[in-house]
Amino acid sequence: MSTELPESAVPPPTGADESSSAPSRRTFIATSTAVGGVVVAGGVFAGTVLADPEEASAAEKPPSSRVSLTVNGTRRTVTVDNRTSLLDLLREHFELTGSKKGCNAGACGACTVLIDGQRHNACLTLAVRLEDAEVTTVEGLADGDQLHPLQQAFIDQDAFQCGYCTPGQIVSGVGCIKEGHTNSPEEIREWMSGNICRCGCYVKIVRAVEQTAGRK
Amino acid sequence: MHPFTYTRVSDTREALNAGRGGGRYIAGGTTLVDLMRETVEQPETLVDISGLPLREITVAEHGALRIGALVRMAEAAAHPKVRVLYPVISEALELSASAQLRNMATIGGNIMQRTRCTYFRDVTADCNKREPGSGCAALHGFNRSHAILGTSDHCVSTHPSDVAVAFAALEARVHLLGPDGERQVPFADFLLRPGSTPDREQALRRGELITAVEIPALPRPLKSGYLKVRDRQSYEFALTSAAVALHVRGGVIREARIAAGGVGTVPWKLPEVEQQLIGERPSESLWASAAAKAADGARALQHNRFKVELLKRTVERQLRIVGGTK
Repeated sequence: MSTELPESAVPPPTGADESSSAPSRRTFIATSTAVGGVVVAGGVFAGTVLADPEEASAAEKPPSSRVSLTVNGTRRTVTVDNRTSLLDLLREHFELTGSKKGCNAGACGACTVLIDGQRHNACLTLAVRLEDAEVTTVEGLADGDQLHPLQQAFIDQDAFQCGYCTPGQIVSGVGCIKEGHTNSPEEIREWMSGNICRCGCYVKIVRAVEQTAGRK
Repeated sequence: MHPFTYTRVSDTREALNAGRGGGRYIAGGTTLVDLMRETVEQPETLVDISGLPLREITVAEHGALRIGALVRMAEAAAHPKVRVLYPVISEALELSASAQLRNMATIGGNIMQRTRCTYFRDVTADCNKREPGSGCAALHGFNRSHAILGTSDHCVSTHPSDVAVAFAALEARVHLLGPDGERQVPFADFLLRPGSTPDREQALRRGELITAVEIPALPRPLKSGYLKVRDRQSYEFALTSAAVALHVRGGVIREARIAAGGVGTVPWKLPEVEQQLIGERPSESLWASAAAKAADGARALQHNRFKVELLKRTVERQLRIVGGTK
């Protein structure tokens, strides 16, 4: 089922039009940092900045394109600066901050999302290329209050410490289970190697994937 | 990242028009987007070719295999015919990158991928490949991962692909389509050694498009496989690697196709090793004596001398794995 959302346009580069009046953790951090005197340039409200503020402040508007895609069951149409990655679109525009920006270079897996059912690195995916694509992020895995079995397994197995890589691990794990590469702990390790965990929770991550794969 | 215009094409004619006009083709984008973010690549126009009908794998007569340029790495690796006919290809693919990247990256893009040399990726460093004439920071810099074969004083970076090593071993042909029509280029001629023009990496003409990689038929039974040696067990580029394919009949090696990766500025075919094997019976001593030729002509740098011995041992081990001793 898909909900149609009205089109949103590229927000102004120095965007200050926070739609929600209640400050989120992100806007709170950004605002307090600005108040602290660290951020002096425009574009501090990360929630609405799509283009690089420095480059966008140039007289010429950078080339943009319109794209329609489905994110976690909701159809969205946006006009984005062509340079926008799917990861930035999700985090900065759709406020889906579950997918994390670790390396921003396809080397850590923290941004892993499913595109048309397959795991991809959102940081290396240009948003303009996703016409008609179906994207599932970690926010889209649970069924209401009912966690996805792999989310529950991460809790059961205590498979994280700092939690930064966890959304990517879980989405990647869902892809891994779907692909059927879960026949042994070694196979899971190999097929989950695109997700780095600097806390070193690999043993328990493998157990969580095993637990979930075993239930199917 | 520098601003760029974006256009999506739906047929090859449209693609060639855009390519001829200076547009840069993008398929999986896993290398290109990364390098654009680092401003190593600064295309003004991206031509999205992912909608072109180049995503088929077909088996021709006698087991020749044609892999469409837009077949994803994961798809090629999992394809039943590829797994049965050329395990060396599926193994090389599955030992590459990560599951995520293999879902994104294409076969055509894989052989087009650019070096992982850290100086190439660092726009403040001297690099003849990125900025011709600026020098090579790797030559006397930190060059542990760099090439020992096919280097020049202008560039010592390796070609990072694994499957390209299998393609080189199997003497694949690259199918191209350009404004002047179709042509085929032997794999050995497709990727260029740096010489004095390391910025020129492929034998592509302006606007040309890779349409497929074709693996010629080889006599059967054929055993093949890929061995990759690296600093960590997974999700890492090769220090050394070996692609080996052997046709043994009547206890005698009739055909041998061997190439090495992680050591050359291009995937490194090893004809001398192949010659040592032809007409011989598999044995431990044969593997050792043939592999001893693997690093002939190597020119080691300050930090990668270990690769000379490691290469020979990698080839020897993979000959033993594929060829056995009977």
